[in-house]
Amino acid sequence: MKSNAKTLTVTVDRFDGDTHYQTTHEVPTRDNQTVLDVVTWIQQHDDPTLAYRFACRVGMCGSCAMNVNGEPKWSCRTHVSKVVSGDASLSIAPLRNMPVLRDLSVDMTEFFDKWTQAVGYFVPTKTKDDPLSEITPDDRARAKANQSIECINCGICYSACDVVAANDAYLGPAALNRAWTLMNDERDGARQTRLDAVSGDAGCHNCHSQHGCSTYCPNLLAPASSIAGLKRQTLMNLLPWGPSDD
Amino acid sequence: MIDARLYLLQRLTAIAMLPLIITHLVVMIYAINGGLSAEEILGRTQGSIGWAIFYGSFVLFAAIHGAIGFRTILYEWFVPNITVCSVASIALLVILSSLGLRAVYAVTWL
Repeated sequence: MKSNAKTLTVTVDRFDGDTHYQTTHEVPTRDNQTVLDVVTWIQQHDDPTLAYRFACRVGMCGSCAMNVNGEPKWSCRTHVSKVVSGDASLSIAPLRNMPVLRDLSVDMTEFFDKWTQAVGYFVPTKTKDDPLSEITPDDRARAKANQSIECINCGICYSACDVVAANDAYLGPAALNRAWTLMNDERDGARQTRLDAVSGDAGCHNCHSQHGCSTYCPNLLAPASSIAGLKRQTLMNLLPWGPSDD
Repeated sequence: MIDARLYLLQRLTAIAMLPLIITHLVVMIYAINGGLSAEEILGRTQGSIGWAIFYGSFVLFAAIHGAIGFRTILYEWFVPNITVCSVASIALLVILSSLGLRAVYAVTWL
């Protein structure tokens, strides 16, 4: 990386377990610098007490999500040049809708518990002795699952969702998106259990279709469309004349 | 804080109200031509079972639809206690339907 004399003014929202405060740092700018590079520079050169998470650095693990200039982003693949405005300043904060543990690290327990509540796990119907299911790539259900399957559990959609902010119990876009992929997996054996799980007070019908999730998903998935799919399927399931197909 | 059944009921009442709203607006625009008077309205509604059923069901659909929406808004914006919100929305349902049905009764039979 080529160094130059310019610096970036970075404001970080901090939390030490008791008090919320902000720190400001002057970070040297680099070519192709990411927001994760900035946070790492602060921790290594300016304030070693700064807490944040990351692992893979290449957009696969979903650990490094944070609020950058007020918008949830995966920090490892967010280039500073794409988010900094003319005044060369950057504000970094933890994801919202999750309790802050320290600085930029949030407690994701509830986020993952909701995946389980939404039956966001595969329930097998066969054993290893049975022949493999043949699902062709152009299978209708498989094509639907494909659109939402590449979720990395980063929590960005959950942080972007105003319904989660207004309703603590709401399962949220990530868990419901996962439920939708499983509803389109013909090998899965928990369809009715899952439809019931996403039909309750905390379920998919709370979604206001504001599309915050789809707007901010770093993998360009559309959780809002998955939720719409679940709404259709649960309602058809409730109507006496409705086949549970779509 | 809305489950599949309430969600479905709110959508069904919306669908049911669609032809009622259109009929209401068309008749209103037609009736208002050449001035509108109480006698003219009462002339149409008094003793008319058809209009009583039309506006009676309209009142009930609107009260149900509105009460469900009110419950969600109340919960998400003001009162994070779903029992309180449910009681308040049932109260709204009772108030809206009794006021509405009272009016329908009055223009039909009084």
